[in-house]
Amino acid sequence: MTSDPSPASPDLRRPLGKDLLGLEELSPEQITLILDTAGPLKEISERTIKKVPALRGMTIVNLFFEPSTRTRISFEFAEKRLSADTVNVATAGSSVSKGETLVDTARNLEAMRIDMVVIRHDASGAARFLADRIESNVVNAGDGMHEHPTQGLLDLLTLRDRFGDLTGRRVCIVGDVLHSRVARSNLWGLRKLGAEVGICGPRSLLPNAIDSLGVQVFDRIEAAIEWAEALNILRLQLERMQAGYIPSLREYNRVFGVTRERLERAPRDLLIMHPGPMNRGVEIDSDVADGPHSVILDQVTNGVAVRMAVLYLLAGGRTAV
Amino acid sequence: MSGKPTVVLDARSMARTLRRMADEVVELFGGPEHLVLVGIQRRGVQLADRIAEFIEEREGTAVPRGALDITLYRDDLQTIGPRPVVGKTDLPWQLDGMKVVIVDDVLYTGRTIRAAMDELADFGRPARIALAVLVDRGGRELPIHADIVGKTVQAAPHLRVDVGVVELDGEDAVTIVPRESQG
Repeated sequence: MTSDPSPASPDLRRPLGKDLLGLEELSPEQITLILDTAGPLKEISERTIKKVPALRGMTIVNLFFEPSTRTRISFEFAEKRLSADTVNVATAGSSVSKGETLVDTARNLEAMRIDMVVIRHDASGAARFLADRIESNVVNAGDGMHEHPTQGLLDLLTLRDRFGDLTGRRVCIVGDVLHSRVARSNLWGLRKLGAEVGICGPRSLLPNAIDSLGVQVFDRIEAAIEWAEALNILRLQLERMQAGYIPSLREYNRVFGVTRERLERAPRDLLIMHPGPMNRGVEIDSDVADGPHSVILDQVTNGVAVRMAVLYLLAGGRTAV
Repeated sequence: MSGKPTVVLDARSMARTLRRMADEVVELFGGPEHLVLVGIQRRGVQLADRIAEFIEEREGTAVPRGALDITLYRDDLQTIGPRPVVGKTDLPWQLDGMKVVIVDDVLYTGRTIRAAMDELADFGRPARIALAVLVDRGGRELPIHADIVGKTVQAAPHLRVDVGVVELDGEDAVTIVPRESQG
């Protein structure tokens, strides 16, 4: 490779812009760039020394206003494998729980010279709110019922690993689509890459304006299984039952649970995905989750690679040439 | 030199040069034992393959080879920005104690080689690392030298040295062309 000392255009220096807030804002080309970058990054996690110096000297704050284990750990691995320095701020025990506002917290962190913030918040739009007010790059790690873009991206990468081109592939999202930021990011991402999207769940847990989403709607899981090539099974939040959206967990499993018996009647083998953590025996049965067509652990592996790709693509172009 | 590309090596002379480089690699290490050829993505990979094949032909022994993508080891992320596509690094064997030859198409500033050595060090501790380049165009910004050089050319900064390989470009050739724009 010949070194080219001439500076690239600002566009090329920041191929994703300053922030990653949702898949709704990204072009199909930008999504493809992230997935193409994530592919070779997977290999880094297989090395003895699982680290490259790409983000050496950068400081990233993981600002989690909502409990999260796997997303936070996945981001932290991604950051560390790119050699960034990381600080975790969780609500409990921080000044966040003393009533400091989101912006005050972030500005204080910026005053300590950070470069990026990864934010998880229970309010939809929190990531955008923050991104508009600070200089640092902001990565949305889930905001309320809005989006969870890196989850959407890792789902796309997992599908692409199996199917190649996603054009015309039939993917059905099963469960509580109404409250799910994972579903929303998946919907945007899948549509942008040309996949056909179905949703399946109790009517009380599907968005009102489903007809305007341009998706197939299935009231019966059997019909979804017959149609789809892949199922992305959402976690059923147990609070939904208390709030009266569904009568009981047993009833939900009886009508919408993805079971081996149901899959055996499908005309083809279905790829089984789940963003975790799973309620085994509720939305998914154990022999499906652990079965031969489950790619649930591949999703976890891909999560680190996709987050590395996002951080790398956001990190560039900080210094004026 | 205006507009027209100048051909430095055509396909036949490039094959001849690579064959000589293969002999020099074996000579440098006193034999083909414990040799590993590592090509830098992208065109270094094909050149490493050619050199390895020449060595195998001559010495009758298999020469392991690998690919190194140095994108994530570059020192210009903050100024130039991310590279459009990160390539694949593929070094499946143990490098400890091996004689590693880094193969690249063009040696210019030396920054790519600096990055490649950093990356190799993350995979193991070779007994020795040598550098073989098809073209040395001068213009070093770091204290880096090639052990084996196919062709030395003096190319001013406004010129670009292009190495084509049949696998990626349809033909083997080394040409000098003016940079399309001064950015």
